[in-house]
Amino acid sequence: MSEGIGARVVRKEDKRFITGKGKYTDDVRLHGMTYASFVRSPHAHAKIKSINVDAAMAMPGVVDVLTGQQLVDDKIGNLICGWMIHSKDGTPMKMGAWPAMAPEVVRFVGNAVAVVIAETRNQARDAAEAVEVVYEELPVAADIRAAIAPGAPQLHPEAPGNVIYDWTIGDEAATNEAFTKAANVVAMDIVNSRLSPNAMEPRSAVAEYDSAEEHFTLYTTSQNPHVARLVLSAFYNIAAENKLRVIAPDVGGGFGSKIFIYPEEMVALWASKRTGRPVKWTCDRTEAFLTDAHGRDHLTKAEMAFDKDNKIIGLRVKTHANLGAYMSLFSSSVPTYLYATLLSGQYNIPNIFAEVISVYTNTTPVDAYRGAGRPEASFVMERMMETAARQLKVDPAELRRKNFVTQFPHQTPVIMAYDIGDFGASLDAALNAIDYAGFPARKAKSKAEGKLRGIGFSCYIEACGIAPSKAVGSLGAGVGLWESCEVRVNPVGTIEILTGSHSHGQGHETTFSQLVADRLGIPTSQISIIHGDTDKVQFGMGTYGSRSGAVGMSAIVKAMEKVEAKAKKIVAHQLEASENDIVIENGEFKVTGTDKKIALPMVALAAYTGHNLPDGMEPGLKETAFYDPTNFTFPAGTYICEVEVDPGTGKTDFVNFVAADDFGRLINPMIVEGQVHGGLAQGIGQALLEHAVYDQNGQLMTASFMDYAMPRADDLPSFKLSHTTTLCPGNPLGIKGCGEAGAIGSTPAVINAITDAIGNNNLEMPASPNRVWHAIHQQQAAE
Amino acid sequence: MSKVKLTVNGKAVSADVEDRTLLVHLLRDHLGLTGTHIGCDTSQCGACIVHIDGRAVKSCTTLVGQADGANVTTIEGISKGDALHPMQEAFRDNHGLQCGYCTPGMIMSAIDIVHRYQGNLDETTVRHELEGNICRCTGYHNIVKSVLDAAGRMKVAAAAE
Repeated sequence: MSEGIGARVVRKEDKRFITGKGKYTDDVRLHGMTYASFVRSPHAHAKIKSINVDAAMAMPGVVDVLTGQQLVDDKIGNLICGWMIHSKDGTPMKMGAWPAMAPEVVRFVGNAVAVVIAETRNQARDAAEAVEVVYEELPVAADIRAAIAPGAPQLHPEAPGNVIYDWTIGDEAATNEAFTKAANVVAMDIVNSRLSPNAMEPRSAVAEYDSAEEHFTLYTTSQNPHVARLVLSAFYNIAAENKLRVIAPDVGGGFGSKIFIYPEEMVALWASKRTGRPVKWTCDRTEAFLTDAHGRDHLTKAEMAFDKDNKIIGLRVKTHANLGAYMSLFSSSVPTYLYATLLSGQYNIPNIFAEVISVYTNTTPVDAYRGAGRPEASFVMERMMETAARQLKVDPAELRRKNFVTQFPHQTPVIMAYDIGDFGASLDAALNAIDYAGFPARKAKSKAEGKLRGIGFSCYIEACGIAPSKAVGSLGAGVGLWESCEVRVNPVGTIEILTGSHSHGQGHETTFSQLVADRLGIPTSQISIIHGDTDKVQFGMGTYGSRSGAVGMSAIVKAMEKVEAKAKKIVAHQLEASENDIVIENGEFKVTGTDKKIALPMVALAAYTGHNLPDGMEPGLKETAFYDPTNFTFPAGTYICEVEVDPGTGKTDFVNFVAADDFGRLINPMIVEGQVHGGLAQGIGQALLEHAVYDQNGQLMTASFMDYAMPRADDLPSFKLSHTTTLCPGNPLGIKGCGEAGAIGSTPAVINAITDAIGNNNLEMPASPNRVWHAIHQQQAAE
Repeated sequence: MSKVKLTVNGKAVSADVEDRTLLVHLLRDHLGLTGTHIGCDTSQCGACIVHIDGRAVKSCTTLVGQADGANVTTIEGISKGDALHPMQEAFRDNHGLQCGYCTPGMIMSAIDIVHRYQGNLDETTVRHELEGNICRCTGYHNIVKSVLDAAGRMKVAAAAE
């Protein structure tokens, strides 16, 4: 079947995107629509002394100007973090209040304090400039070190010392004991730099209130519209769920940043009721830099203990994580359960202990960004392994191989139970692809030409398919992480799949159709995928954490099994056969071993006419399933990067980049490769280019694409991808997930390659030509 | 306020707009041509690229007045009925897009690149020429493939005409 599982089917959704017919939130235009523009704090930390809206109210076209105090007066709830973490002393995390618009204190540059609603975009922006806010500036803690220093400015009264939690995982005593027996210890300070997510579509919200029905509709740039509705309803007091419809239409990339519920969509909803007019807000790029949740930003001390045979016997990690000025929706889980649980890497490490201290700073909130905790873990592990190989003077590939987990299932000391994998197979595939044996000769040739050549490895593992609801519930999650599906077979045999997954670039309309086409032997053109609308899909948890294949498609399988079982009963009844003898081939239900058959459209019609069904059977052909995963899935692989550095300029050129991934079953290899390409670009972007930089006053110095170096086409190489496969035993399709691996695995490979080339392991990201040049010369001076 | 007259996708258009109105807002808000996107406001990302008199221009930093009397083509104007432009076909066939947001600007930029190089392109040139278009999804790998593929298709199409 050419359109089934494993086929490189071109995407169904592409025609609207390549012809300009995509429908994104900012494309929505409603009758009588107004525009919102926010007044934002220019200070990183300040008291609001007064807000005078009189001049703004008098400006042309202004409908209303609303402030944080009015939000409080209308009893709109504060934003929340939905994952409870307890400190090692048993106390719950210290969550400071986050009103959607600050009534008293602003805590980061860009913190909203008021909003102007006006007839046009320009009128709203002009009037926002005219709102007079008097601030009393307060001392600023702009980074982790400043926030934890003695006498540091206090951000929230709830969090003394700016510490949100001090959390640990693993057995501290056993790990310390292992270190006493070590033949060698490798220790490193590791900085994981701060990033801006930068989906190309800026966030946007269009809110409409129907006063007769007391009903809201919100179009918004969301990766999980049902979760948005749940949170807006249950915690922010906007409206009951049955009075709030959330639609996430075409969404132009997410990368995590569109998981969270932000102040602006709350305010748009509230303002639409207050003004009686539909309200649109679309952020500009600088607002996106200031308000989209940032990613990463860890300071880590790590120590790895080896025995005399170079086997790892212990790992100790202490990480400080910056969560910004307020706790975003899932921020608490990222540096804890999404990070420290992956600190075993691909390796058999008997003793691990990690401590994570998350702190407030006067910066934009930090939350999940592509990979969310796992890139930080793989960066720690793979920088450590490469450094260990150099210190122990052994081959970096062989040091890894010697320590690989080879028996499955494997219980790590940090919660995760790896179900399956073949780490040696992906390492071998990558070594072959890059011609590792030929590297010394290539390095010598570069040297003869005055260039420094280096090679760097990364053998990453990550956890996807989040997640078993009971397990994450026990770890503090405020939600279950199952997925739902409804299969509607129409009376003429076309099929609609209603899914709680949400596509914002992943191509679900194609891959989900391929799954159904494969099962029934029908063309994908007969199948429609419906998602992103709480009025159409009953409920769903959305798309993040590479979960839509492993969890979302598993829900489709479960619902399809029910549909197929009912259809077989109908066919068996009509053909006077046993339902166990009915097989589905090429869109027909056949009695095996005979020429008796009924085509799918006739089965569907029979189900809906109800003229000739088995006794007691309900008419119709529509089934629902909720799939709750049994375990995380564990995509893993090896990335090898080969670079050539010009010692005269410090500029890094990619010579080769190879990726060998094990994602389990691939539904559409073309789409999987695209996901890897994009992830690699983001991981390499962090290594070489990107950095969200604050000055000591908490001003974001990189708040436009003029200042924040996004990877561009000529910054990146073409990639060589390959796959090894072990099927995931935990879900019906054997899928592991592919959406984040590129971003998780690539960053350490690049830094390992550059540090190998220049012979100096002390190199912070981004490895700009300036930094690399200085590292080369620092090393030469030391020699 | 100013009255401007221009041709958009072959149709004569006139509008009374504020002097500060940007071309992208005329296209999106007044003409309903929402295929042209805004991604950065600073001429960096290229999501807003249209053709003005056949040249790729960033419409988020072009005042409508600057396009007065000009011939503007947007992503909605490059296919002929149901027949897609070869660049559109190449992006679909090579998986040169994911979320689709940067795609209209990429396609409009890429058509201009192929025209300027008369189809004689290699990977290095395409990567260099795409410097003014940012994509966050694809890592550019398949966009570069798409443009190179389309360059061949456009040569064939030009030869056939």
